[in-house]
Amino acid sequence: MDNASGLQRQLACMKKKLFDQGFLDEQFYQLEELQDESSPNFVEEVVTLFFRDSSRLMANIDQALEQCPPDFHRLDKFLHRLKGSASSIGAGKMKNECAGFREFCSEENLEGCFSSLNPRSTQLLPLLFVHASTLVQMPEIVSEGEEGAHHLEAEVGELLPVAEASRPRRQSNSLW
Amino acid sequence: MGNPLPSSRPAEAFPAGLRVLIVDDDPTWLKILEKMLRKCSYQVTTCSLATDALHILRERKARFDIVISDVNMPDMDGFKLLEHVGLEMDLPVIMMSIDGETSRVMKGVQHGACDYLLKPVRMKELRNIWQHVYRKKMHELKEVEAHSFDEVINILRNGSEDIEDRYLIDETEMSSMRKRKDVENKEFGDQELNDPSTVKKARVVWSVDLHQKFVNAVDQIGFDKVGPKKILDSMNVPGLTRENVASHLQKYRLYLSRLQKQNGGTCGGNMPSDHMNKTIKGNFGLKSSTNMQQDWELTKYACTIENFQTLGIVANAAHVSEMNSRVAPAQVIASKKALVNDAQLGLFLSFKGMLPSIKEKACKPLHDERPVMQLMQYPEQENYSILEGYSCLANPDRDHEPSFDHLPSSQPLVMSATCTNGKDMKDLYEMKPLQPAIPPMACMIDSVSIQVKHGLVNLQDTGAICKLEGSPSIEDFYLDETNNQGCFPLTCEVSLKSKSDSDSMPEELHLYSVQKKLDCLENLSVSGTEIYQYIDSVPTSEVQSINWCEASELTGDYLYDQVDYSLIDEYLFA
Repeated sequence: MDNASGLQRQLACMKKKLFDQGFLDEQFYQLEELQDESSPNFVEEVVTLFFRDSSRLMANIDQALEQCPPDFHRLDKFLHRLKGSASSIGAGKMKNECAGFREFCSEENLEGCFSSLNPRSTQLLPLLFVHASTLVQMPEIVSEGEEGAHHLEAEVGELLPVAEASRPRRQSNSLW
Repeated sequence: MGNPLPSSRPAEAFPAGLRVLIVDDDPTWLKILEKMLRKCSYQVTTCSLATDALHILRERKARFDIVISDVNMPDMDGFKLLEHVGLEMDLPVIMMSIDGETSRVMKGVQHGACDYLLKPVRMKELRNIWQHVYRKKMHELKEVEAHSFDEVINILRNGSEDIEDRYLIDETEMSSMRKRKDVENKEFGDQELNDPSTVKKARVVWSVDLHQKFVNAVDQIGFDKVGPKKILDSMNVPGLTRENVASHLQKYRLYLSRLQKQNGGTCGGNMPSDHMNKTIKGNFGLKSSTNMQQDWELTKYACTIENFQTLGIVANAAHVSEMNSRVAPAQVIASKKALVNDAQLGLFLSFKGMLPSIKEKACKPLHDERPVMQLMQYPEQENYSILEGYSCLANPDRDHEPSFDHLPSSQPLVMSATCTNGKDMKDLYEMKPLQPAIPPMACMIDSVSIQVKHGLVNLQDTGAICKLEGSPSIEDFYLDETNNQGCFPLTCEVSLKSKSDSDSMPEELHLYSVQKKLDCLENLSVSGTEIYQYIDSVPTSEVQSINWCEASELTGDYLYDQVDYSLIDEYLFA
């Protein structure tokens, strides 16, 4: 229990940080507000859906970038979709980065496109965070005891350095 | 998740229970929107494909009050869905997108969206969508009220003698029309403050079933003979009035013409719903230059004129001939609308098409292997005639998904004929002279001459294509039947004279040539007219004509295969 509450505090702190830095925006609050007795796991369900959709899209984007010559039109379509998805859960930074990426696409600037992917790992932050926080609320995890809590703590702990570092794209191939 | 809501809608709890259909390919948004709408106490159905949505709307007995759709969807453009829904089901549609660019929003509005939401959508925005449902109902009631029957009757009377034959307007009918109008007024007044759903008694809701009856009636009667009264009688629906049928008929015709254009790669026109009270005057003619010989170049001209006061001559043929290109046939639609007595809309289409030298080109059929020659094609019919004027045989291409440009609630009728793949060309075209009697609509167009060269079109009737009383004879009309190739070079020469009742001068007619490139889309507004211009990589030398097409509806293949014939049509706009 202690671990759980400690974890929760950490998560709360993380959450604030993410909002402050613009990774998450108001839309996320909207999602939290939508959660109620009739749909107690709403946020988690939505985020899960988002994960699936966005990871698929990101894989498509990767693929499209590796094509020679790159198909910017297709890339643009994927990005548009990704942007829409990001807006749904309030992943603000991700949305903006998609927009920047799209601009490079319209200029057919391949290098620019690659550079847009650098902070990619940070785009996942809000998602990881959300995922982690919903996990925390699940009683099963909490009751798992120390091991479960440590595991979560480790995950959350990992997020912090990731937030500040920026890794080059190619090293973070597996996105999720 | 989500509470099931009762399917009946208690009147006092309006707008609770509003039946909403959401269409979005993004599963995350679909889930979120569904939750939001349920929280507003609306009854929600979700759908991730536009085609599914249409299916649901068409098939389901349970009706919907409003549709919310995303703009970018994989299987169908959101704007197309918008048009379909607006026409077939007459439901308010709200568009959504993450892209809030002015041009997109404008496009939405032009296609008839009653609102355009930007993502991320807030719940408070969704809470208010009921206003669109309510507003629509109110508006429709007012339309019924505002029908100016006297004007309609005047027009009918002033038309040529055939009109009366067709429409059997007589005193009794007029007075009964007036009576109906009074009744409806009264009903409207009483129910104004109530739940709008009860107001349905005073107006007809065009449900899928009713529409189907309507279509059946039209089929039965035969499109060349169709008229609101006949349809009404054939449908035999109690409480349905002639006005309801007339206005729906207008919409239907428009739909079909757009479908037509769609099939034929026609450019649709976006014409605003407010129409003018002007009449056409002057001469409108496009002469094809006689020096178009082998190297036909095709340009399509499409223009829409909303208010028109003048007929300017456009498009020097000479200019056109300079255009060397394999430009795919563009579409020619020129429409003129004129009103007589404030209640009449005349629509005139003329066109000029020339085809590129296509021998080398393989032409593919538009949708499938069947040649599609449509002239005012109705999906259900093999033969149909254009507004009592012409009749033509065509091969309807029925299997493709109809899509069309839809004019929101305004009903100029654009007629176009599309020929693809001349296999059956010889059968396709059988045109009779346009009777002077044009439907209870405007009689504005006097003559049309169509010259077909290198045509795969076999125009059997070489007489007047369009002839109105007092009009000059057709000039330069002749047939030339060549063997079937993929596409058809075609020149059409249209000269037109119109008569008008008023002294107002026609406005300038703007025609632009359309090229094939899809990427460049310009949205031009000229004196209230919305014209989309497609620009191809081919330079267009001083073409003063504008062809305009819906960007989303044309593809390269599409254009290459079609030649559009636009014929004259006149339409009553009420």
